[in-house]
Amino acid sequence: MTATPAVKTFVIDGVDASARSEQTILSAAREHNIFIPTLCHLEGLSDVGACRLCLVEVKGARRLLPACTTRVEEGMEITCNSPRIAAYRQMTLQLLFAERNHVCAVCLANRHCELQSLATSLGMTHVEIPYRFPSLSVDISHERFTLDHNRCILCTRCIRVCSEIEGAHTWDLMGRGIQSRVITDLDQPWGESDTCTSCGKCVQVCPTGALFQKNRTGGQCCKDPSFLPYLRTMREEP
Amino acid sequence: MKRTAPMWVIAENRSRGDRTMATLTRPPLPSADKRWMIVQGTMRKHGYSRNALIETLHTVQQSFGFLDKDAIRFVAASLQIPPSQAYGVATFYHLFQLRPPGRHTCQICLGTACYINGAERLMGHAEKQLGIQAGETTPDGEVSLLSVRCVGSCSFAPVAIFDEQVHSYSKVDGLDAQLKAWMKP
Ligand code: SF4
Ligand code: SF4
Ligand code: FES
Ligand code: FES
Repeated sequence: MTATPAVKTFVIDGVDASARSEQTILSAAREHNIFIPTLCHLEGLSDVGACRLCLVEVKGARRLLPACTTRVEEGMEITCNSPRIAAYRQMTLQLLFAERNHVCAVCLANRHCELQSLATSLGMTHVEIPYRFPSLSVDISHERFTLDHNRCILCTRCIRVCSEIEGAHTWDLMGRGIQSRVITDLDQPWGESDTCTSCGKCVQVCPTGALFQKNRTGGQCCKDPSFLPYLRTMREEP
Repeated sequence: MKRTAPMWVIAENRSRGDRTMATLTRPPLPSADKRWMIVQGTMRKHGYSRNALIETLHTVQQSFGFLDKDAIRFVAASLQIPPSQAYGVATFYHLFQLRPPGRHTCQICLGTACYINGAERLMGHAEKQLGIQAGETTPDGEVSLLSVRCVGSCSFAPVAIFDEQVHSYSKVDGLDAQLKAWMKP
């Protein structure tokens, strides 16, 4: 026997809407065809609120809230698109670009990168923040895949897919703040990882050119994370 | 080669009541060193719960002075935690040291009171003098430089601790002299 889910009613971008109580603002918005940009969110994975691109205004809240991890509540008044939010999102994108070395022209994921296409669709024309140009390594030790820290935006999709879907939990995040990095096992070369099954799921979900298959040229670098919701559904208890 | 499911998957399934998976075996102690028994004791005290990770890493650090990869691997495997996750925790907290400490330690307090009274200048000088960053040890293993957050002596700010000795109202000159005395000629 399942209890009937509670339904919440609220206003989103001026439209009266309703959703089940366990839904997030993001999923409610998508159901109502309202656009909220996202980077770390991926259908089929848990949400962590890492990228802050999905920030929305909720009337009465003192700060902007991430739509992907905030649940809908009765009587909420949500604004998903406003000049203020647009400015914040642009700033967030600029910070992501400035943090590491995103030189799209020479990136394998050029034109297949979610970061790049978001910048285009949100109208980010240039980065005002000075680039940090950190010197970061590239791990080519895995026989089939490459990890380029220069392009990583620390969205943690790879960590979540490897842990939640593949069950290998090869990836995790080490350090904190500006020193944070994704690692495989004990910060060892990926090719020497004991836990990696070489399934390639992390490569498919990575939104940037940080993870890619070897021996592919630019045009073949497309990623396809569409297997995720399918796997989730098929694994659900009957 | 048939792969068995990783241990944390087995552990998760078991906690959901799945008894069909292989039984868990705990890893052997990394060496005959008695200190591993102390580490094991901490884990046993907590019933090998995954929540005991930080507590256990503390025990390792207290017993060995630092955490190396073998130690993290052993603790992770014993508690059925993915190695990458344990490593992430160990590197997240400043309290954990991943390298052996130097012969001498220079701790500089960067708590609020000390900060206001110029602790940052002290730290900057020490880093320049030793040629390392806070949290590191000189290549010759002589001096470790650490930053600490408020050691409870705010009225003596800025505070520096050379080995076990607390120095009140620290000045660049005094720091400089101490570091020079420690550094090999
Ligand atoms: S290839 Fe598969 S098992 Fe290996 S790190 Fe990526 S998701 Fe994890
Ligand atoms: S490697 Fe890719 S998926 Fe993993 S955190 Fe970095 S950008 Fe995200
Ligand atoms: S999508 Fe919500 S924080 Fe990244
Ligand atoms: S801030 Fe340094 S002792 Fe309190």
